Amino acid sequence: MSTRKNITFLDRTLIQRAVVDSFKKMHPRTQVKNPVIMMVSTGAAFTTCIILVDAFHGRFPAFNIQIALWLWFTVLFANFAEAIAEGRGRARADSLKSAKSGSVARMITDSRELKIPASELKRNDIVVCEAGDLIPGDGEVIEGIASVDESAITGESAPVIRESGGDRSAVTAGTRVLSDRILVRIVSESGKTFLDRMIALIEGAARQKTPNEIALTILLSSLSFILLIAVMTLYPFSLYSANASGSGMPEYLTIPILIALLVCLIPTTIGGLLSAIGISGMDRLIRHNVIAMSGKAIEAAGDIDVLLLDKTGTITIGNRMASDFIPAHGVDVSRLASAAQLSSLADETPEGRSIVVLAKDLFNLRAGDVRNTNARFIPFSAQTGMSGVDIPVPGGMRRIRKGAAEAMGNYIAGIGGAYPPEVSQAVETVSRSGGTPLVVSEGKDIVGVIHLKDVVKGGIRERFEDLRKMGIRTVMITGDNKLTAAAIAAEAGVDDFIAEATPETKLVRIRDEQAEGHLAAMIGDGTNDAPALAQADVGVAMNSGTQTAREAGNMIDLDSNPTKLIEIVEIGKQLLMTRGSLTTFSIANDIAKYFAILPALFGGLYAQAGTAGPIAAMNIMRLASPESAILSAVIFNALIIVALIPLAVRGVAYRPVGANAILARNLLMYGLGGLVAPFIGIKIIDWMVVLLRLV
Amino acid sequence: MKEIVEIVFFFTVLIILVPIFGWYMAKVFAGEKNLLSPVMLPAERLAYRIAGIRHNEEMNWKEYLTALLVFNAAGFIVVFVLQLYQKSLPLNPERLGNIAPALAFNTAVSFMTNTNWQAYSGESTLSYFTQMIGLTVQNFLSAATGIAAFLAMTRGLTRKETSLIGNFWIDVSRSVLYVLLPLSIVLSIALAGQGVVQTFAPYAHVTTLEGDHQVIPLGPAASQVAIKQLGTNGGGYFGANSAHPLENPTAVSNFLEMLAILLIPIALVFTYGRLVGSRRQGFAIFAAMMLLLLAGLSVMLLGEHMANPIFADTPLLEGKELRFGIGNSILWGQATTCASNGSVNAMHDSFTPLAGMIAMLNMMLGEVVFGGVGAGLYGMLMFVFVAVFIAGLMVGRTPEYLGKKIEKREVQASVVGILVPGAVILLFSAIASATGAGLSSLGNRGPHGLSEILYAFSSAAGNNGSAFAGLNANTDFYNIMTGIAMLVGRFAVIVPAVIIGGTMAKKKIIPGSEGTFRTDSLMFVFLLIGVIVVVGALTFFPALTLGPIVDHLLLMKGKFF
Repeated sequence: MSTRKNITFLDRTLIQRAVVDSFKKMHPRTQVKNPVIMMVSTGAAFTTCIILVDAFHGRFPAFNIQIALWLWFTVLFANFAEAIAEGRGRARADSLKSAKSGSVARMITDSRELKIPASELKRNDIVVCEAGDLIPGDGEVIEGIASVDESAITGESAPVIRESGGDRSAVTAGTRVLSDRILVRIVSESGKTFLDRMIALIEGAARQKTPNEIALTILLSSLSFILLIAVMTLYPFSLYSANASGSGMPEYLTIPILIALLVCLIPTTIGGLLSAIGISGMDRLIRHNVIAMSGKAIEAAGDIDVLLLDKTGTITIGNRMASDFIPAHGVDVSRLASAAQLSSLADETPEGRSIVVLAKDLFNLRAGDVRNTNARFIPFSAQTGMSGVDIPVPGGMRRIRKGAAEAMGNYIAGIGGAYPPEVSQAVETVSRSGGTPLVVSEGKDIVGVIHLKDVVKGGIRERFEDLRKMGIRTVMITGDNKLTAAAIAAEAGVDDFIAEATPETKLVRIRDEQAEGHLAAMIGDGTNDAPALAQADVGVAMNSGTQTAREAGNMIDLDSNPTKLIEIVEIGKQLLMTRGSLTTFSIANDIAKYFAILPALFGGLYAQAGTAGPIAAMNIMRLASPESAILSAVIFNALIIVALIPLAVRGVAYRPVGANAILARNLLMYGLGGLVAPFIGIKIIDWMVVLLRLV
Repeated sequence: MKEIVEIVFFFTVLIILVPIFGWYMAKVFAGEKNLLSPVMLPAERLAYRIAGIRHNEEMNWKEYLTALLVFNAAGFIVVFVLQLYQKSLPLNPERLGNIAPALAFNTAVSFMTNTNWQAYSGESTLSYFTQMIGLTVQNFLSAATGIAAFLAMTRGLTRKETSLIGNFWIDVSRSVLYVLLPLSIVLSIALAGQGVVQTFAPYAHVTTLEGDHQVIPLGPAASQVAIKQLGTNGGGYFGANSAHPLENPTAVSNFLEMLAILLIPIALVFTYGRLVGSRRQGFAIFAAMMLLLLAGLSVMLLGEHMANPIFADTPLLEGKELRFGIGNSILWGQATTCASNGSVNAMHDSFTPLAGMIAMLNMMLGEVVFGGVGAGLYGMLMFVFVAVFIAGLMVGRTPEYLGKKIEKREVQASVVGILVPGAVILLFSAIASATGAGLSSLGNRGPHGLSEILYAFSSAAGNNGSAFAGLNANTDFYNIMTGIAMLVGRFAVIVPAVIIGGTMAKKKIIPGSEGTFRTDSLMFVFLLIGVIVVVGALTFFPALTLGPIVDHLLLMKGKFF
């Protein structure tokens, strides 16, 4: 779908709208949410007042005007960062809104149909939807089956089946019925539907600061507060020093310059980008087609250290596949393959089809013509535990059967055949390797064993390896017996498994892990997964799942792809890493700014006639003049916000290596880099300032 | 060269002693059987019975904090009242008068908060009774209070899902009975053996060789000197503190007193490692503190020995401990300002600007380089939380330390503990430097005068108590301002420390994994140092520029104050 395309930074409309929004965000009500940037705008306003007073007296100090301008730019750039991040999500929200507008509900009351606007629907109303209708509200199918186009929500154009009962009963407002007719019981009030929540989340309207964001804001605000005191107290200290040195008040110790110093020192970089980082994290998830119900859930995803995964569909591709034919003693393997193929012709299950395909691939057997004979197919029955085919041949019947080892043993014994020991052995071997053995007989002979294998998804082993490096333990959950489970667990490379699991086992396991202090994530779709989804720290419900499951989880995967959890964890970690790295960068920047501004302010103190004062020696960047030094620092401070917007929006690169390695890398890049970068940046800007004769 | 040998020898002895003593204290505070149990256990039990303490009951953080504050308030009142009425009290052979309320307030706050800022001179102001019953007792109790708060915070890290963080009365009792008292007894006897006075006799009146009449002040000094060193109190019996020959008579006493400054603060770091069940964690903090201490010491020595245009290579001996040389003056100066002790054997005002700045910076950083007994460590842990908070984010997890999540409450409490004392230093210094009342006390002009003011408030808010000298501190202005600075500097850290203990104890302990970064690695040590230095630099760099830094730059240009 269109909004899924990669939105670039240079998207013209996006930028235009963001620019407009950056001015709108100057409103004090918005500003007050970000204490650090609030301090900058207050400072800018204060400086502007001073300039206005000067102007009233007929003075136009070009330098102060430039300072004021750059202070305002700092605020605008911070607003712009947030607006860009929001804008990227908004395009998506707009397309969702179009799905919502003006739908009409066909409500059933007293077995009569009544057309009302979707917005008037209440919980437990029953509506009917037929081919072509938009589903008016979130609900549960209580009658019928229909194919539904959910592309408005998921971006996936292939229709999905929704039917009453079972795990595929949930329908979502804004999706369209393509065929058939269903009765839907509405489960959410208008305005609180999944679609509404999604729009609100994407637009950032419902975005609340996450716990970690709050803690970081406290740290940053406190730091700003102490820096405010450091700058304020500088004034009396300077007065004292001026008196003591007899050199008069330092020329550059003016209120606008002290404000400039303060703005340079407080962590404006992270303060300006903090909310953009949070919004972008949400946005990155959305681009992976995952909706997080809160920012808190994304943060929790970064902390996950135990992952519960269903075997089927996640670790293995849903179905077993025939992988090998093991003939009995004295039987040609092609005879076994042929028998197996014939017995499976009528078997439409994926397993059955895989047997036909394997026989064709290995021995080029094609048995299509058998259909035209008077072959009688015997479908699988739970009673006999077998399926097969009887094919009339000249002089008798080919009776081919296949089934589980035990059932086949009984069957062969019943018709007086023998069960060769090497077949028992083959059955044993297949079971132990995690496969499912199917024994094939023809007449009274056991001809061999088909090895049905759980096929582990390609590349999954490497992903688990990555997870392990990230410090995340994987636990496979399966209904298989222990032997089979162990074999697949070993092949897939999971850390642990639960065999013979019931839905309750998941909940118990999550509780156990949490009691030990772990943070657990799981993915699920069924109603019986709901308790575990709710209990998990990160519960990802599949969009194809039931309404109950979708309400229990704190994230919804629109693609219903179980391996998505890995991306979710990565996005969570990226979000936190970006916050931490930019905080470090921002604070490390201050050292250079001190070296730019302090010598500019106090270079003249204690100066002996005709020479520079001793503090001028601290001008290690050799900046041209006090004015250029101060202006360069302020300009650097403003521009660095813009320069880092792409990083804030994209997130710091995450690679699955150990935490210590990541810390070392980020400390080097953002700590040391943050220390050095402004020395270079300020020096370059100083050159430009001189070149352009700004001071 | 001789200085280097002395310094190496000092640290060698210290480093051999501290792990052993740290291990002993861990046993004591965990309530396990230890070396002194046979002697002290009956005493401990008796104390609980007399005081009516239910020793098998523990407290939540509110109860713990209440007990701590009430206990300190009571200590303040006793010392305050004793001073106001000392003329009418016994053991006052010199008939010293009652103390003015402002000075009494300052002194009472000072000893209650483990600061031992002295705006008075002991021999001419306080009676034997006030010194012994008032000050010496507080020397024990303020140190024990620091240890108790540290224990409360540490229990928060080791316990899970409980609201109980120990019993304040037990922690204080054990600190005194098993640690401070036995060590003080041993040290007082050793010092008395070296010639530190210990007597109730009146001051000696002697005729000098020139035939002049001289009064030599005496008193029960050895017993107070021992605990003032051990408990990082630092309040000298005599005004000149350990530069006084009767308080620090020989090279041996000088060595012992220096050891005593750092012994408990360093040993407690090892105790911490044992209490949290990972000696490596303790060692990491020790390494960070030790590196900061040695780096500071190097800068100080450099500052002292750097050639300058005025004196060239002549040693700068004015104000130093002449008997033991510059090396021992500087080593003491660094130890006493790092460990929040505040006793001196030389005048810090006479240090070169760089050395004086390091002494000042040690206090400005919040006294976390070993710091006061208990206090240094809980202050340092707050820095650890901030370091972990930032580093934790950088590895993509919400931050945790020792398996405990660091969240809003802990960040809040830590930044209060780290930043509020700094804010007080800056604000109060600014007031002093802008008012006549503040400026009239200065002994020097120029940047050195500003250093004197900054030093005074750093010393007060850092609960150090050492004086830069040069500043006349006994004025109503400084008595009240430094008194408030001491109160804020103590309780703005101790209250958050106990609260953190309470909030942390309630949390689960998350087992470590590959996704958690190690807090016992060299990298973390440097990160922690980085956070401490950067926070300190950001807060104080502008002020220091106008004080000691410009002072130093001017000295290099041949001008001094």
